[in-house]
Amino acid sequence: MVILKMSQSVVRNGIRYISFSKGDIIGSPVNKLCPDYLKNKEAMEVLVKELKEKTIKITRGGGDNAIKRHTSKGKLLVRERINTLLDPGTPFLELSQLAGYDMYGADEVPSAGIITGIGRISGKQCVVIANDATVKGGTYYPSTVKKHLRAQRIAEENHLPCIYLVDSGGANIPHQASIFADADCFGRIFYNQANMSSSGIPQIAVVMGSCTAGGAYLPSMADESIIVKGKGTIFLAGPPLVKAATGESVTSEDLGGAELHCSTSGVTDHFANSDNHALQITREIIQRLNNIKNKKINNTNFELPVWDPKELYGITGTNLKKLYDIREVIARFVDGSKFFEFKKKYGTSLVTGFASLFGHTIGIVGNNGVLFSESALKGTHFIELCSQRNIPLIFLQNITGFMVGRDAEAGGIAKNGAKMVTAVSCTKVPKITLIVGGSYGAGNYGMCGRAYSPRFLYMWPNARISVMGGEQAAGVLTQIAQDQYKRKNKIMTAEEEKKISEPIISQFDRESSPYYSTARIWDDGIIDPLDTRKVLGLSLSACYNAPISDTKYGIFRM
Amino acid sequence: MAVLSGLKKILIANRGEIACRIIRSAKKLGIKTVAVYSEVDLNSMHVQMADEAFYIGPASAQESYLRGNEIIEVARKSNTSAIHPGYGFLSENAEFAELCAKSGIIFIGPPPSAIRDMGIKSLAKELMGNAGIPIVPGYHGSDQSNDRLRYEADKIGYPLMIKAVRGGGGKGMRIVKSGNDFLNGLDSARRESLRAFGDEDVLLERYIERPRHVEVQVFGDKHGNYVHLFERDCSIQRRHQKIIEQAPAPLIDDCKRNELGGAGVSAARAVNYVGAGTVEFILDTKDSTFYFMEMNTRLQVEHPVTEMVTGVDLVEWQLRVAAGEPIPLKQEELKLSGYAVEARIYAENQDFMPTAGKIEAISLPQGENVRVETGVTSGDEVTVHYDPMIAKLVVWHPDGKEVFSKMENALKNFNIVGIENNVDFLRTLCSNEKLIDGNVHTGFIEENREHLNSSPPTNEVVIQAAMGLILYEKSSLKLQPGFDKNDPFCTLGPFRINHNYKRSIKFNCANKEYTTEISFDNDEWYHVTINNQETVQVRGEISNNDSLMNLKLFTTKKVKQSKIGITSDEIYVFCDDGDYKFSLLKDEDLEDDSLSVEKGGETVSPMPGIIEKINVKVGDSVKKGDNVAVIIAMKMEYIIKAEKDGKVASIHFNAGDNVAKNVPILTLEI
Repeated sequence: MVILKMSQSVVRNGIRYISFSKGDIIGSPVNKLCPDYLKNKEAMEVLVKELKEKTIKITRGGGDNAIKRHTSKGKLLVRERINTLLDPGTPFLELSQLAGYDMYGADEVPSAGIITGIGRISGKQCVVIANDATVKGGTYYPSTVKKHLRAQRIAEENHLPCIYLVDSGGANIPHQASIFADADCFGRIFYNQANMSSSGIPQIAVVMGSCTAGGAYLPSMADESIIVKGKGTIFLAGPPLVKAATGESVTSEDLGGAELHCSTSGVTDHFANSDNHALQITREIIQRLNNIKNKKINNTNFELPVWDPKELYGITGTNLKKLYDIREVIARFVDGSKFFEFKKKYGTSLVTGFASLFGHTIGIVGNNGVLFSESALKGTHFIELCSQRNIPLIFLQNITGFMVGRDAEAGGIAKNGAKMVTAVSCTKVPKITLIVGGSYGAGNYGMCGRAYSPRFLYMWPNARISVMGGEQAAGVLTQIAQDQYKRKNKIMTAEEEKKISEPIISQFDRESSPYYSTARIWDDGIIDPLDTRKVLGLSLSACYNAPISDTKYGIFRM
Repeated sequence: MAVLSGLKKILIANRGEIACRIIRSAKKLGIKTVAVYSEVDLNSMHVQMADEAFYIGPASAQESYLRGNEIIEVARKSNTSAIHPGYGFLSENAEFAELCAKSGIIFIGPPPSAIRDMGIKSLAKELMGNAGIPIVPGYHGSDQSNDRLRYEADKIGYPLMIKAVRGGGGKGMRIVKSGNDFLNGLDSARRESLRAFGDEDVLLERYIERPRHVEVQVFGDKHGNYVHLFERDCSIQRRHQKIIEQAPAPLIDDCKRNELGGAGVSAARAVNYVGAGTVEFILDTKDSTFYFMEMNTRLQVEHPVTEMVTGVDLVEWQLRVAAGEPIPLKQEELKLSGYAVEARIYAENQDFMPTAGKIEAISLPQGENVRVETGVTSGDEVTVHYDPMIAKLVVWHPDGKEVFSKMENALKNFNIVGIENNVDFLRTLCSNEKLIDGNVHTGFIEENREHLNSSPPTNEVVIQAAMGLILYEKSSLKLQPGFDKNDPFCTLGPFRINHNYKRSIKFNCANKEYTTEISFDNDEWYHVTINNQETVQVRGEISNNDSLMNLKLFTTKKVKQSKIGITSDEIYVFCDDGDYKFSLLKDEDLEDDSLSVEKGGETVSPMPGIIEKINVKVGDSVKKGDNVAVIIAMKMEYIIKAEKDGKVASIHFNAGDNVAKNVPILTLEI
C-alpha cells in the first residue's frame, strides 16, 4: 500500500496540485473543482467527442445502401471479418482510422476504404489489411495505397505476419496518376510482399471478393491463399474486358472463381465455403506457422497507474500555449505511476527517465518546454543509454522547437540539436512517438517525428503539427513583405498586413490540425488521451516481435 | 477385518451406479470385488473401482451383461464364491440363480423358487391372496355370462375396471362409474377386445382412482427370520417409471405403517424369501386401503432412501445374509429417523424420452446428508445400450417438508453439461406444493404437467449465457500457448480504437430464438441488448477454466452468481431460476468440402484412377455423405461421397474401370 505524504498544495499552470513524495511515484492529485481544471476538461471532452463521432461515422463504411448490397451477397462486413479472424475477446490496434478524411471533396472515402491494424490470431500477433468493399467497391485511392503500404511497413519493421482480406476492384481509375507510377505506389505492395516473404514474414491472402488486374497479384504473391466459393474471383481481366478483347463470353466465376483457382490454375490453395469458413482456415494457417514471438514472456507483476487517467483531460487541456508538467501525463499511463528520472536537475526542459508499461521497461523522453543545448545533450545521452540496454523509447512530444537567439546559437544549439537528431535517427531500439501537444519545427525531428521512423506515431486530438506556429509563419511572411515595402519606401497599412497574415494563419490552422495530419497518414491515428496506456502498451507489444539489432551511430559533431 | 465366511470375493454382474454401490459396501467389509464389462464400459467407473475386471462381450446387454454362462465362467476363473446381480439384467432370473447354485456359487438374492413364485404376476396374486394379503378385489373367472359378470361387479363395487383378458395398451379396457353403466361398458370392452385380440373374455377389478405406489422393504435370512424396513412412496412416475421416491411414505400413520410392514413380511414368508426384497402395494388415496401389486425379488434402485431413514446398509445385510448370518437387527430394533427423498437423474428430453451422448462435464452436489450414487464421470458416454439413468441423488432431513427444499438445493448444484437431462424438471417438481404436502398419486406428473414445465429464460438468464460465452472466450486465452499476462493483446479484452467492439450472438433455448447484441466499452463494462429490447450494463468474472465454471456478473445494482458450462456449440446456465441450455445458432457450416466435386446431380471423380467399388445400385436412395464409390489412385483409396440427398439415376462405370479426373461416376436424381 502506498502511503502518500501530503504537504501543502501548490499551484502550477492555474491548477492546484497537492504535493507529496513517495519513492519513484510521480504525479500529484488534482483539485477537481479548480476552474482551470474544469475548463481544460471540458475543452478536451469536446475534442474527444468530436473524434469519436467522426470515427463512429467512418466505421459505417460506405453507408447503408452499400452495406445492404454487400451483406445481401452473403458476405460479412469488413469489421465483422476482422472480429471473426481475431482471437475472441482480444484487442484490435487499428491504424490510421481517419486516413483519407476530407481529402477527396464530395467523394467520401471512409478509412480510405481499407482497414488495417494489428490483432492476435491463434495466439500470434498479425497485421490485418482488409479492403472495405462498401467504400467505392474497395478501389484504391491514393490514401488507400498509402495506408496499405504503411501497414506493410509496420509489419516489416515488427516482423508481423500479414493477412490480406482482399475484396477490391483494384485501382481507382480517375486517380491513376497518383497511384500507379511512382515508387511508393500500387506496385510497391507486391514488392513488399515479395521482400517480406523472403525475410520470413508470412504473407497470407484471403480472396473474399474481386482481385482484378493488378489486384490479382495480391493472392498470387502470397505464401498461402484462400478463396471463398462464389464470392472470390481473381483474374487479370474481367469478363467485359475479355469479351471486348477476344469475344469470349464467360462468367466471372468460370473465369476466375474458387473452383477454377483451387482445382485448375493453382492460384489459390484453400477452398472456403463462406467468409466464416475462410477466416477459420486463416486462423488454422496462423496456428501452424511455427513461428514464435521474439521476446520471452517476462511474467513480471505490474500495477495500474496510481493516478486516474481520466484526469488527463483536466491537466492538459487544449490550449497549447499553456505548458503543463509532462510528468503528470507520465504518471497517468505508466505502471504504478513510477518514474525513475534521469538527470532531473539538468536540462530541465526535457524530461527523461525509466518506467515500465505492462511490466516492460521503457525509456521516456518528454518535453517540458523549448529545447536548449543542455536538454538536447541530455536527450542524446539518454537515447544512448536506452540503445545500449535495448530499452524501447517513448517520445512524448509537446514542443515548439529548439531555442533560438544569439546565446543559443553561440552555445551551439545547432550542433547539440544535431546530436539528438543523430541519436534518434540511428538508434535501433523500438521508438514510439505520441504527440500530446504541439509538434513544431526541428523539435519534431529531435523528438522522433514521422521522418525518424518511429515504429508507431499517434496524436492526441488537441495536438497540432506544422513547421512552425501559424502566427510565427504569418509574422515571418509579413516581416519579409514589410522589408520589401521598405525597399520601395512604402509603408504597409494594418489592412495590408492583415491581408498577408490572415490567409497564412488560417492555412496553418487547417493544415496543423490532427485531422489534416491523420488523413494524410502522417501519423498512425488520433487517440483518446484516456487510451494512452492501452495504445502504447499494444504498440510496444507489437514491437517485441522483431529482434532489436545493435545500434551504430553516425558522427556526433562535438 | 474378519471376512464373512465363504465371501472372500464377489462378482458384481452389473454396471453403472449399482455396481459401484455394491463395490463400496463390499470394500467396507473387506471383500474383494470382481467387475465385468462390455466393450463400451472398459473405462467406466465400476471397472476402475473393482479389484479385478473381466471383459464379457460386445455392448449389447444381450451379448454381455445378460450372458449368465459367461459370467459364471468369469466367476470360476477369478475364484469368486458369490455373485451379486444388482438390479435389472440377471437379478430376477431364476434360471441364472439356479445356474449359480449348480456351479457352487452363492447367488446374492432369494432362492430360485421365490423368484419364480413372484415372477408370474397372476400366480403371485393368487398366492398372496391365499396368504391373507389384501389383493385388489376382482373377478378372473371363466363364467363370462352377463349375469355372472354383473353379479361379480356389484360385489366388487364401483368404480370398476373391465379389462380384456388378452388386453394390453389400454385396448379393451373400460372404467365403469356405476352399476347402471356396467352393461354398456361391458359391451364396448368386448367389441374392442374382439377386434383387437380376437377374443372377448374380460376380467373385472376394482378401479382405484388416483392410486399411490407404496412399497415395503423386506428382508429374510436363511434362518427363517423376517423383518421389514418400513415403506417408501414411489408414486411420482413418468412413463410408468419412478423418478422421485421418499421414505417414509407421507400421510401414512403408524398404524397403517405397521399394517403395511406386516403385510410385507407375510408376503416374504409365504415364498420363503431370503435377502432383500420389495413388496409393492397400490394404495387408495381415498381411504388408505392397500392391495398387493407385486414383489420385486432384488435390491431396488430406490433402496438408499430406506437406508437413510433406518441407518442400515442394505447391501451389507445382503452380503451377511448370503454368507449365512442372521439378519443383523430385530424388527423392534429398527427405527425410523427423519425423511429421505431420492431423485433419479436421467438422460432424457422434455418428453421423457431417453437421450444418449457424452457427458462433457458433471458437477455433483456435496454436503451433509446429501448422497449421490452414480457410475459416470465427466467425459463418459451415456449409450443407447443401457438404462439412461445418470445418477441418483438422495437427501435426508429431519423435517418431511424441508427435505424437499434440501433436494431442490442439491439439484441446483447437480450440473450436467453435454447431454439433455431431467434435472431442471426435478427441480420444478421438488418445489411443487402438492408434492411437498404428500398429495401424490401415480398420475401426479400427468395431472400437473402444465405447472411443471420449465419457464422460458428471463433476460437475466440470457445475459448470463451471452456473457458466459464472452468471458469464457476471454479467459480461455490464458490456456493458449503464448499467453502473456504482460501482453495487453491478451488482457485488454476486445478493445477498439475510438469506437466499441460489437458482437451479435444468436441462441436457441427451448425452441425459442434469442438475439443478443453485445458492445464493449473498452474498459470493463459490456452493454447487452436482448431481442432489441432492454439494454443492461454488466461486467463479470469467470473462474475455473473447466467445462463447468463459476460466473459472477455485476450490474450497476447487483451481483449475480451462476454456473456455466460451455461446449463447442452450447452454453449451459445453472442458476436460481433453473437450468437452461442455449444452442448457438451459426449461419453456415464450416465443414470442409470432401474430395468429391459434384455438379448438378453428378458425382465426379476427384482424380484419375481405377474404380475399386461402387457401393450403390441404380434406384438406391442415398443421403449426403454416404460413401457411393471407392477409387484407387496412386496406391491410395479415395472414398467418393454423395454431396446431396438423392436417388441414383445412372451409374457410368463398373468396378475395375479406369476413370479420368472430373468425370461423372454416377448421376443422382435430386
